[in-house]
Amino acid sequence: MSVYDSFNYPEVTFPVAKEMGLTEGEFEGIKNLLGRTPNYIELGIISSMYSEHCSYKSSRMHLAKFPTEAPWVVQGPGENAGIISVDDEGLCVCFKVESHNHPSFIMPFQGAATGVGGILRDVFTMGARPVAAMNSLRFGSLDNPKNRFIFEGVVEGISHYGNCFGVPTVGGEVYFNDCYNGNPLVNAFALGVVQKDKIFLAKAEGKGNPVIYVGAKTGRDGIHGATMASAEFDENSEAKRPNVQVGDPFKEKLLLEACLELMKTDYIVGIQDMGAAGLTSSAFEMTSNSGTGVRLDLDNVPVRESSMTPYEIMLSESQERMLMVAKKGYEDKVKAIFEKWDLDASVIGEVTDDGHVRLTWAGEEVAVLEAAPLANEAPKYDRPYARPAVMDAIQAPVEVTTPENIQEILEKLLANPTIASKHWVYEQYDHMVRVGTVQLPGSDAAVIRLNEKEVGVALSSDCNSRYCYLNPFEGGKAAIAESARNVAVSGARPRAFTNCLNFGNPEKEEIMWQFVSAIEGIIEAANALETPVVSGNVSLYNETEGVPIHPTPTIVMVGVIDDVTKRIGSYFKETGSTIYLLGENDGHIGGSEYLASIHGKELGDAPHVDLAREKAIIDFMCEAADKRLINSAHDVSDGGLAVALCEMSFDDSEIGMIVKLESELKADALLFGENHGRVILEVGNAHAVEVEKLAKANGLPIKKIGRTTSDKIDISLNGDQLVSLKVKDAENLWNNSIGEIMK
Amino acid sequence: MKAGVVVFPGSNCDHDCYHILKHVMGVETVFLWHKDTDLQGVDLVVLPGGFSYGDYLRCGAIAKFSPIVSKIVDFANQGGHVLGICNGFQVLTETGLLPGALMKNRDLKFICKYSNLRVDNSDTPYSRMYAAGEVVNVPVAHMDGNYFIDADGLAKLEDQNQIVFRYSDGNGECNDTTNLNGSVNNIAGIVNEQGNVLGMMPHPERCAEGVMETRDGYFLFESIVKSIGGAA
Repeated sequence: MSVYDSFNYPEVTFPVAKEMGLTEGEFEGIKNLLGRTPNYIELGIISSMYSEHCSYKSSRMHLAKFPTEAPWVVQGPGENAGIISVDDEGLCVCFKVESHNHPSFIMPFQGAATGVGGILRDVFTMGARPVAAMNSLRFGSLDNPKNRFIFEGVVEGISHYGNCFGVPTVGGEVYFNDCYNGNPLVNAFALGVVQKDKIFLAKAEGKGNPVIYVGAKTGRDGIHGATMASAEFDENSEAKRPNVQVGDPFKEKLLLEACLELMKTDYIVGIQDMGAAGLTSSAFEMTSNSGTGVRLDLDNVPVRESSMTPYEIMLSESQERMLMVAKKGYEDKVKAIFEKWDLDASVIGEVTDDGHVRLTWAGEEVAVLEAAPLANEAPKYDRPYARPAVMDAIQAPVEVTTPENIQEILEKLLANPTIASKHWVYEQYDHMVRVGTVQLPGSDAAVIRLNEKEVGVALSSDCNSRYCYLNPFEGGKAAIAESARNVAVSGARPRAFTNCLNFGNPEKEEIMWQFVSAIEGIIEAANALETPVVSGNVSLYNETEGVPIHPTPTIVMVGVIDDVTKRIGSYFKETGSTIYLLGENDGHIGGSEYLASIHGKELGDAPHVDLAREKAIIDFMCEAADKRLINSAHDVSDGGLAVALCEMSFDDSEIGMIVKLESELKADALLFGENHGRVILEVGNAHAVEVEKLAKANGLPIKKIGRTTSDKIDISLNGDQLVSLKVKDAENLWNNSIGEIMK
Repeated sequence: MKAGVVVFPGSNCDHDCYHILKHVMGVETVFLWHKDTDLQGVDLVVLPGGFSYGDYLRCGAIAKFSPIVSKIVDFANQGGHVLGICNGFQVLTETGLLPGALMKNRDLKFICKYSNLRVDNSDTPYSRMYAAGEVVNVPVAHMDGNYFIDADGLAKLEDQNQIVFRYSDGNGECNDTTNLNGSVNNIAGIVNEQGNVLGMMPHPERCAEGVMETRDGYFLFESIVKSIGGAA
């Protein structure tokens, strides 16, 4: 009996392949590619690599259209994470955002925790020390106890993993909308610092070089996780709990320190983390990247249970593991570094030159596959797409009666969990470890100092998925424009972004239309604002029982600020200064939080983005920050002008305002409409003239709308007092809302 | 003076403490590896924040048995200066160098935020640059910062003026609403009877530079430098 027979695997037939998520066409294609029927181990490997999650088969042809180049881009898409340079001395930042949606729905705590763990590994695999993490989170309404359970578990999972690992979780976004009832989104972002000449790539070069496995032992957790993430959910999804991995942030911290110590030496050739599809994808990616081959002796892989078979070992998604290729003869030196950190390091194979991945067990080959065709020639689908006719009705202009009591509406909006303070969330995250967070969570962007230098980065994660649902093209543009605006409002120049494209089932024409349209919007905005994409991830099949989420292309924009002491915060600094509106109110209420939460209408066209205007705002803000002309600044977004003004008061110093607006617009449209291209500026009187001049030089409308004052918020329109609130009372509504609900 | 920052597996504020001591205070500073037993002639040992040994079992419980900690206990007992911040405070209570214990926060959630602290004892090597009764604003970041000690132990701490920092409001009021984690008598930091060992949950290293939200933590390090370094 051969070794293979001893595993008692089922015979490979189409039903077996279907069980692993393959279509009949894909199964036939595999047989043609191999010239034979794969055995069971091979089929498991191929099905993982052909999963939507690993192969991007529905999205690849559209992703190819993204702008990916700029003089400051050091590493674009295709590696574990993207890299841009931030100064002239080789200092770079490495970053990526990735989804962990499906696991977080099934097991909120572990799903979110391992999402953080995975993205951190993507960053330090490249030689970068993680210095900041963020998360974009979306849940169904908190009225529903199940959603509260998921929300609480996800936040605790992120807190548990990030805090122990020692990376500051510096910001992000949290949205609540019933479209996420059966499908919460957890998109984790991490950013690390690396010197340009110290970047490591996923390479398997040099025949005879040892392949070394490091980190945690391989267990049975997460087998076929990538396949799970590539299908819709149904009522049986909870039975997939064993497909969710379990994280150990302490182990990952040790792995980080050991890897960075090793990377200071010249012992290693290439390194790749074991993420989705585990050992399978890391082995195939490293081999196909280098055009070499590899032999892996699977019985040398450290395992948690002695009875594990090659199939399970290849497809396990156990966390905190890395695969590396070292220089021959340096095995013991590599092992010594891992021993110092109390971690396993085992030689499990070697690099070959025949283009194949060969898996052995007890000295016998149990699976042989050619690497490049599988990695590069995975199926690619041009899925049909079409704008559904219902969009006409959805986008039709909306009319609502202006409420009599505007102040009451404002109070409701301030307490709306999507708008309310997220301190209940971010105070559970250690957001200050590493003493680099010079702008704390709560402002438009987080600002991180890099090492002892004055240079820093500003980070903002944004996507208004309601806009994307109402108008995917404008929603895609808006995600770029808003994230770039937030970065610029903080005083930094937006340089590049990473994205996580969360959509429903791409096999449906209307979903594919949302996907293609949103991408076109992102591309148009990215080109206009000179911000290429450097990394990202696609998460499809975000549907439960046929109900899709709103299209949610999360953007995390990274900007560079040469001197972090020039950063701008979002809270008023002093009384007696001038409040300006940069940009114009056009009263667009379609797609607004006001329309959705007060009138119950997710309707109307999304606000359109004027990209030339957005570019001018960025240029204005960068110059104004550099000249230290601005006390504080805040972009106008969810909840509109009135909410944005109030938010600037919600700091310990409780500085209020008297704002006198004059407009032909209806009060609700003016105060709660969400048209783009607007920033509120607080300017000290000494700089008022210069700020006005600078706005005009950039072709931007600017208007004095009020002054900062002591502890009250007074807003009037054409002489009629609409809002008269104590700062403290308004702040309590905004501050306590989520905490009260979660008690 | 010379300072040593201990590195346990899982320490994550080690580099922050090193940065402040070396680059901001200009003190010669070394890292002390947990498997070593040589304190390298340091005058000050800092037990930094983080999750030593993953904080498995109980925070600080495994660190207590590390080779370096046995030497630190000897060092402290001979009058050497030891500063434990956050996880370092937990290690100090586990070793018995400081009395009491740190339990899970009252609300069972991790808390990371700036907090007001009232300085109740400015007559220690760690607090002499503060005024007694002064309120400072320093961040906390912990899951297990709820200080507990029995009634006799508490009376002793109070009588001997060993409580250095308490959670307060901006006016120095200490009560239940200003007690962010449920600690007895709002305790945020204590010294031993001799005054050479300080344990505190808040992180002074996170607010010791002008670019941060406050610079209130700087004066703790300045106190140390003036006390140990003897500089004017």
